Amino acid sequence: MNSKEFIARRIAKELKDGDIVNLGIGLPTMVANYVPENINVTFQSENGFLGLGPAPEEGKEDKDLTNAGAQPVTMLNGGCFFDSSMSFSIIRGGHVDITVLGALQVDGKGNLANWMVPNKIIPGMGGAMDLVTGAKKVIIGTEHCTKKGAPKILKECIYPLTGANVVDVIVTELAYMTITDKGLVLEEIAPNVTVEEVISKTDAELIIAHNLKIMDIE
Amino acid sequence: MSKIISYEKAVDKIKDGMTIMVGGFLGVGSPHNLIDTIFKSNIKDLTIIANDTAFPEIGVGKLVVNRQVKKVITSHIGTNKETGRQMSAGELEVVLVPQGTLAEQIRAGGAGLGGFLTPTGIGTIVEEGKQKITIDGKDYLLELPLRADVAILGGSIVDKKGNVFYNKTTRNFNPLMAMSSDTVIVEAEKIVEIGEIDPHLVMTPGELVDYIVGGGK
Repeated sequence: MNSKEFIARRIAKELKDGDIVNLGIGLPTMVANYVPENINVTFQSENGFLGLGPAPEEGKEDKDLTNAGAQPVTMLNGGCFFDSSMSFSIIRGGHVDITVLGALQVDGKGNLANWMVPNKIIPGMGGAMDLVTGAKKVIIGTEHCTKKGAPKILKECIYPLTGANVVDVIVTELAYMTITDKGLVLEEIAPNVTVEEVISKTDAELIIAHNLKIMDIE
Repeated sequence: MSKIISYEKAVDKIKDGMTIMVGGFLGVGSPHNLIDTIFKSNIKDLTIIANDTAFPEIGVGKLVVNRQVKKVITSHIGTNKETGRQMSAGELEVVLVPQGTLAEQIRAGGAGLGGFLTPTGIGTIVEEGKQKITIDGKDYLLELPLRADVAILGGSIVDKKGNVFYNKTTRNFNPLMAMSSDTVIVEAEKIVEIGEIDPHLVMTPGELVDYIVGGGK
């Protein structure tokens, strides 16, 4: 299992029956593949519908039915469409239970940076700023370090923020962390990973939970 | 008088330097033939308001590539590298707006509102230059309405009065933009007689639509 699948599987265990969930593009989208079988969740797609289903069979794509990344998708029975104002009223108005997003940088205060690298790439924030503001729970799914091995979980984000003090949970291939009033708490570590390794690859101060657990993805 | 006109006549309504809203989400629900007609014209210095700048070969992104745009107000440019390149080179002004804020600015522009208060962007650079207002202990940004000279929209089924049905995820920004522009042009996939669209399914009232083009399908 690669690290992205591991992260997606762990995040999927956060979902509860009846949740409305918005998944970001990329790794977060993979979470939909691992929803526990005994629960029902509804996926929201910010381009304008509830009831996002899996990709269609080849040859059955509908040009009028895409996700927020313009990829062909399906709608599940009971879904519904709406315009962008209603879509973001659902998001901003607190009707989304969980959003899962990626990160360029995230810090121990719950700040998130994921929409631009100054003087380098500026894709824009899309719906991310509204999602972190409005969703009841913000989960960041990201590899623990950059491709060059630099920590992504910092004392303080350097890149421009997507949101200040908005993140609740960070899940990486090494650890499951929560952001609390006291700071960043290491709650779980991946199998075969040591606390020392997580600390060495994390720039932010970590509070080690008293009942530290091993990440369970089954 | 019929609202149905040719693509060329429709694009004649758009002049150099105008602000135009373009419906669609990464090209889905965009008026592709109207965009192509603008692409073939000499219209320049446009300010574009759209959710995104789509792709270099698809949707409103083609107008950026063709250098007919001086400014874009949008939430996302990541799928069109040319937008980013022109922005970095100082050739194109890009105003990046959170998607929900952009949708609501356009809605406010068409709804007679002087602005609205949103928590989105608090604590980020989106705050810069904006008035912050605290209500019941929570901070909000005052965001102002957006309007345009012309909106070009993509409708799935349009009747001859201009009532529009948008299919599935093609709706997105289209009905909002129909409210907030002085002139509204809808490109129809299919044009039908008045009364053929179930009134419950009309998403933009025909009274708001000035011109209809297309309908070839």
